Amino acid sequence: MNLGVIMAGFGGQGVMSMGQVVCYAGLAEGKEVSWLPSYGPEMRGGTANCAVVVSDAPVGSPLVARPDAVIIMNRPSLEKFEAALKPGGLLVINSSLCDKEPSRRDVRVVKVAATDLANDLGDIRVANMVALGAFLAACPVVKPDSIVDALKKNLPPHHQKLIPLNKLALERGAEAAAGQL
Amino acid sequence: MGQRVLMKGNEALAEAAVRAGCRFFFGYPITPQNEIPEYMSRRLPEVGGTFIQAESELAAINMVYGAAGAGARAMTSSSSPGVSLKQEGISYMAAAELPGVVVNMVRGGPGLGGIQPAQSDYYQATRGGGHGDYRTIVFGPATVQEGVDVMSKAFELADKYRTPVVILGDGMMGQMMEPVSLPEPLELAKLPLKPWATTGAKGRRPNIINSLFLDAEECEKHNLALQAKYDIIQATEQMAEIAFPDSDWFVVAYGTTARICREAIQEARAQGLSVGMVRPITLWPFPVNAFEKVVERAKGFLTVEMSLGQMVDDVRLAVNGRCPVRFFGRTGGMVPSDEEVLAEIEKMVEGRTR
Amino acid sequence: MVDKEFERPKGTEIVYERPKSLTDVVTHYCPGCTHGIAHRLVAEVLDELDARERAVLVAPVGCSVLAYNYFNLDTQQAAHGRAPAVATGIKRVLPDRVVFTYQGDGDLAAIGTAEIVHAAVRGERITVIFINNAIFGMTGGQMAPTTLLGQETTTSPKPTGRLAERAGYPIRVCEMLSQLDGAAYVARGSLSSPQNIAKAKRHIRKAFQAQLEGHGLGIVELLSSCNVGWKMSPVDALKWIDSHMVPVFPLGVFKDWSAAGVEAARLADSGVAAG
Repeated sequence: MNLGVIMAGFGGQGVMSMGQVVCYAGLAEGKEVSWLPSYGPEMRGGTANCAVVVSDAPVGSPLVARPDAVIIMNRPSLEKFEAALKPGGLLVINSSLCDKEPSRRDVRVVKVAATDLANDLGDIRVANMVALGAFLAACPVVKPDSIVDALKKNLPPHHQKLIPLNKLALERGAEAAAGQL
Repeated sequence: MGQRVLMKGNEALAEAAVRAGCRFFFGYPITPQNEIPEYMSRRLPEVGGTFIQAESELAAINMVYGAAGAGARAMTSSSSPGVSLKQEGISYMAAAELPGVVVNMVRGGPGLGGIQPAQSDYYQATRGGGHGDYRTIVFGPATVQEGVDVMSKAFELADKYRTPVVILGDGMMGQMMEPVSLPEPLELAKLPLKPWATTGAKGRRPNIINSLFLDAEECEKHNLALQAKYDIIQATEQMAEIAFPDSDWFVVAYGTTARICREAIQEARAQGLSVGMVRPITLWPFPVNAFEKVVERAKGFLTVEMSLGQMVDDVRLAVNGRCPVRFFGRTGGMVPSDEEVLAEIEKMVEGRTR
Repeated sequence: MVDKEFERPKGTEIVYERPKSLTDVVTHYCPGCTHGIAHRLVAEVLDELDARERAVLVAPVGCSVLAYNYFNLDTQQAAHGRAPAVATGIKRVLPDRVVFTYQGDGDLAAIGTAEIVHAAVRGERITVIFINNAIFGMTGGQMAPTTLLGQETTTSPKPTGRLAERAGYPIRVCEMLSQLDGAAYVARGSLSSPQNIAKAKRHIRKAFQAQLEGHGLGIVELLSSCNVGWKMSPVDALKWIDSHMVPVFPLGVFKDWSAAGVEAARLADSGVAAG
């Protein structure tokens, strides 16, 4: 297994931490991982994306030019990354903030209203975890339990109370994806 | 080695430096290496060390000069435009025979360039960079783990040879997170003594750290002494990795470019092409010995860099006309893709068989 | 250098000798140059403070680049202008040592302006001896940042000398640095007469005390002569310091932590809040 994923959205949507938590979970499961952020001015408020590789063997290039999966949190990200996706790859779209239909017909598409579902849960900030839940349902590269463990291990003490909410968000995402698989 | 933890390249290198006994860091902000000074500013006070955000790269490298001359393990980090400014101090350190470590997370140049990864500072790093007849030891690690490993080595060799050592990374290595095992911290008390350091002339003649030799004969003598030291370094400190040494064709790449090439090589081998890799880990001394191991059987070399062709000069010198040496590179912050490298490998092999 | 023991006639005592902080060699300085006086004053102060064996000198580029031959001290030679940065590195590694720089006007006030300003900004516990002779001596008499208006040098030649329209105005380092909170002691003295030399020594001593007591950066600017660069006799050069330099670079103490403390206490006593 050697899976390259791009996660993309606005700065502040938690795409960077979404990628990191997958790496923490993969590392805990004994896999090889890498996380590479886009860096520069776009870090501060504009579009943001990161490339994650999860593999059974040491990671070659951390740069993911042809992703196996893309998690799209907003419309500009769909326009930027849809074309790069490998044929047969997985496209997870946050339909709350991306009303555009994907043009690719040779890929699997999972739509999840991540921002709306997060709002329903009472905290828009867990939209990333909703999207991640949907992604992991369609592409079980790490176990959702490992994600929760990784959050427990890496969230600072004052955020530990948010773990049940994050767990719920992962589950809502998985439920939303279930009907589309 | 401890358990594997996920760390950003910049932070892992900083922590590795602390564990190698570095207690003095002097830097100036520049993307994409800011996590190094940021990490040091909170980490060094925890271990009784000192972090200073200097007024410029010029000041930062000269603070390293002073601290190194006072006997400490000291370092600075920057990215390309900042490292250009540090060249004055690096030349003085080489001349005054002061140890120290300089990390360059290379970005696209020349001029202000960009902030995306590049390897276009290879000449500057391996040819001395500043004025005068000198060299610095240069490492080009390919993974965050290797960056951590060469950091300990960098401080060790800096002290052993009393010479500045450069670690040449790139923006990608600085920004990416990978699992790393960190070494146990060195005990400062066990580091080698530096009787030459300027600590106050108590009960001995004054120690003088100097790079001024107004008498030409003396200055030449000093240069010859430096050269003798560089000869020993060249003979004993080369590091390289050879993958698939029995291959017909070889890709040569260092740093993160080598990781991309490794993927291309796997694909080429899956297609039945006999392709291996020579991956320099020390860029100076250039690992000519590794080339000697494969050059007689090699049908050709393909050098891949994030530059328009700098290390390829050293490859040509090492191969010395015994077989063709080709080049492929992207520059200005563009990263070669494994597909592009594979296409170049195919061209090389076909060019030979056509 | 080891001082030779002299057989002293009975009933006499030594009232004047070479400070232990100086070596027994002939300097390369031009006849009439005041560097020798400045060296001696610094060395006397170090001896008096019993600091020779824990002193580290930083000597950057300028006429005094060979200072390591004349001071009997651990020394680091530094790049042009960078002495305060090098001294910062040394002092942070060895906080209990006495670290000082000895810089000329080109070094400190032109190429090294950023380094001296920011060493003062950080309040580095170092001492700076600043030789202002209004000219680049070592390189052959070019214009310095402290060259006076109208003063002729090889790069501000006849008939105008330094012309403000082309080359700006002389920089007053003490006045500038005294504005910085990290500077504990800032004074300008002159080496033009025995009285001034005695005063200059008191400034130097105080600038080292600022370091020893941990108050911050201490700097003493010494108005010095360069009779060769100025194309004057040594005596005329000393007179020229008083007649031409002092009006532009007034002598005195611009900042003194101890005076500030005394003043603040006085104001507090009188019920006036210190500003």
